[in-house]
Amino acid sequence: MRRTTIAALVLHALLCAAPAARAASDDELAQIRKQIEDLKATYERRIQALEDRLKQAESASKQASEAADKAEAAAQSAESAATKATGRPQAANAFNPAISLILQGQYGWVNPDPDTYRIQGFIPPSSDLAVGARGFNLGESELVITAGVDPYFTGRLVAALTPDNEAEVEEAFAQTTRLPYGFTLRAGRWRSAIGYQNEQHPHAWDFVDAPLPYQAFFGGSYLAQGIQARWVAPTDLYLELGFEGGQGLTFPGTQNNTSGFTANSFFAKIGGDIGVSYAWLAGLSQVRASPKDRTFDDIDSAGGLVTNSFSGDSTTTIADFVLKWAPNGNPAERNFKFQTEYFWRSEDGTATFDQFGTSNVVPGPLSAAYSSRQSGWYAQAVYQFVPRWRAGLRYDRLNSGAVTNQLASGLGLSAADFPLLASYNPSRIAAMVDFSPTEFSRLRFQAMKDDIADGVTGYQYWLQYIMSIGPHGAHQF
Amino acid sequence: MKTPLCILAALTLAVAAAPVHATLNVLACEPEWGALVSEIAGDKAKVYVATTAQQDPHHVQARPALIARARSADLLVCTGAELEVGWLPLLLSKGANPSIQVGQPGYFEAARQVTLLELPRALDRSLGDVHAAGNPHIQLDPRNIAKVADALAERMAQIAPADAETFRARNRDFQSRWQTAIKRWEAQAAPLQEMPIVVYHKNVSYLENWLGLKEIGTLEPLPGIPPTPSHLAELIAKLRADPARAIIYAAYQSPQAAEFVSAQSKVPAVMIPFTVGGSDRAKDLFGLFDDTISRLLDAQK
Repeated sequence: MRRTTIAALVLHALLCAAPAARAASDDELAQIRKQIEDLKATYERRIQALEDRLKQAESASKQASEAADKAEAAAQSAESAATKATGRPQAANAFNPAISLILQGQYGWVNPDPDTYRIQGFIPPSSDLAVGARGFNLGESELVITAGVDPYFTGRLVAALTPDNEAEVEEAFAQTTRLPYGFTLRAGRWRSAIGYQNEQHPHAWDFVDAPLPYQAFFGGSYLAQGIQARWVAPTDLYLELGFEGGQGLTFPGTQNNTSGFTANSFFAKIGGDIGVSYAWLAGLSQVRASPKDRTFDDIDSAGGLVTNSFSGDSTTTIADFVLKWAPNGNPAERNFKFQTEYFWRSEDGTATFDQFGTSNVVPGPLSAAYSSRQSGWYAQAVYQFVPRWRAGLRYDRLNSGAVTNQLASGLGLSAADFPLLASYNPSRIAAMVDFSPTEFSRLRFQAMKDDIADGVTGYQYWLQYIMSIGPHGAHQF
Repeated sequence: MKTPLCILAALTLAVAAAPVHATLNVLACEPEWGALVSEIAGDKAKVYVATTAQQDPHHVQARPALIARARSADLLVCTGAELEVGWLPLLLSKGANPSIQVGQPGYFEAARQVTLLELPRALDRSLGDVHAAGNPHIQLDPRNIAKVADALAERMAQIAPADAETFRARNRDFQSRWQTAIKRWEAQAAPLQEMPIVVYHKNVSYLENWLGLKEIGTLEPLPGIPPTPSHLAELIAKLRADPARAIIYAAYQSPQAAEFVSAQSKVPAVMIPFTVGGSDRAKDLFGLFDDTISRLLDAQK
């Protein structure tokens, strides 16, 4: 019963509640609608505001991104400017090798006739002696091409265009750059590292021509062909040892048509600074060659031109020393350079008279033992007294020494059949002044007096120009 | 032939067996970079400087002593931008040291770290000895030194990782002292703004750019060409009409031409140390700028 009552009450309450709600709806609904509308309006305003702000933000972000783009472009252009500024290569042709060209020429007054120029007492190099012709001469034009091959090698070609319209390969070699422990290997042909001046190209010489001992013992300069190994010691004092081996290419060697090592050289160099103003370099080197049928022309006692030759062993030893001075070690204004080299050569083997059988004295060929012990030296000093201007003096001296020529005793020949080999101590003195407007050009005047053969005093005067085009040259010591 | 080869082989073994250097061996081409390496490394590096402040860095020769130092250097710190074009390539090829070849970590060019001024518009030697990459004399703007120091500290850390933290910490310390000093120098040098000057060679451009100096002439008629009488006469005439406040030349340059023009035009000739060691006061990088600015201020008075 109680349950029924409760249920009835609940039912009643439910039934009565509905009309009450219905009664409230009209007023309240309006209110609610209004509230909702208010709300909607508010939201719409706020959404509008938000939308506006979004739009603003969007445009701002667009501006920002435009600004960012601009900044990026600016950065890029700055970077490219920086790239340019730091000289980074921009194109494939940046891999082109460095090419330089040396132009040389001279005007000479030469007495006596340069065709008769002979250094008495010494078997002459087969090539022409390095004395220029009279009048206007073109020197050798040198074309130098050099570049890194890859991370492991560099390569270099020096082609000499001679005034006789010939092209010669003076140097062509590849060299390692990455060997450990101070080693460098080289293969090809190059100016040998023996002595001091030998490695320098003629345009870097302090005088127009090579010193007399270089002319007598190497025909001007000694080229090596084969392989070279150098080692620099890891010491504060500069110490370098080296070996060159291969085919005899130039005097005193010959190309012997063998696969062995027919001309080898060794060198040791040592050097350093004395205080800040002085620097020095000393060297000891040796060339050992085994020439075969190394020919030279002479005039026999009947006045006929004959071709003689030498085969055997030739050993030349060179001691060199260079001292340089500049105030505070700054050579730009004033500097002084002293350079000297001593040469000592021994040759043992067989000499052949009249290789081609043209002599009217005794037709050859006739062969007999030949040996010689000869020496020579030069010393030179060059002083730059004001910027651009230098003056220099050089003295050359040769000693024909002891020569044993079995051909001249017996066999029907005498010393008169070998006038070139007659004992003599040639000497020469040279003075020069040069003017270098820049590091790339040099004008030089040189005067020389020589006494290179018995009873012949020669005078030579030279005006020379040397110009270099292309990359900056190296400041060799 | 056998004997020298034996000696070579024996020496090679001796070298291979020698102990590795404990400290970093640095070959600096110019004194400013030697000083900077010392700031960053302290006693963790052995520095050999190839040139002094009395030497024209363009005209140095590849002396035997320099080749020997290149042989055993772990790190080469040079200006680059062709300043050492006459001698550095020879040191690299004759020194036979693979770790300092171009492109290796041991080869550091300061000029690569900064923006170079005076990029030539034309490369022709008829315009004098122009540097293709731009003006390489970057050290007289201390902001360049700061940039180089950061890059150098990182490079040294790369080569000697054991001391990397020392290099970085010392560089941070250097940078904070350096920035303070730059503010001081800029305040001191405020009166130098627009100061008209004549220079010997175009090696002061970065200082001009930093302090706002106005270069109105050079003693050299063209870069690298020594002063000629005709050019100096023209310059003197110009200075009489439109005087400069100073004729500036570097410690390594001959004072003759500057003093001659000074006597004729009544413009004082001012020697600047140009790099560390160029004057008594320029004992280190800080002294270099202290002295340079005080010399310019003296001329301005």
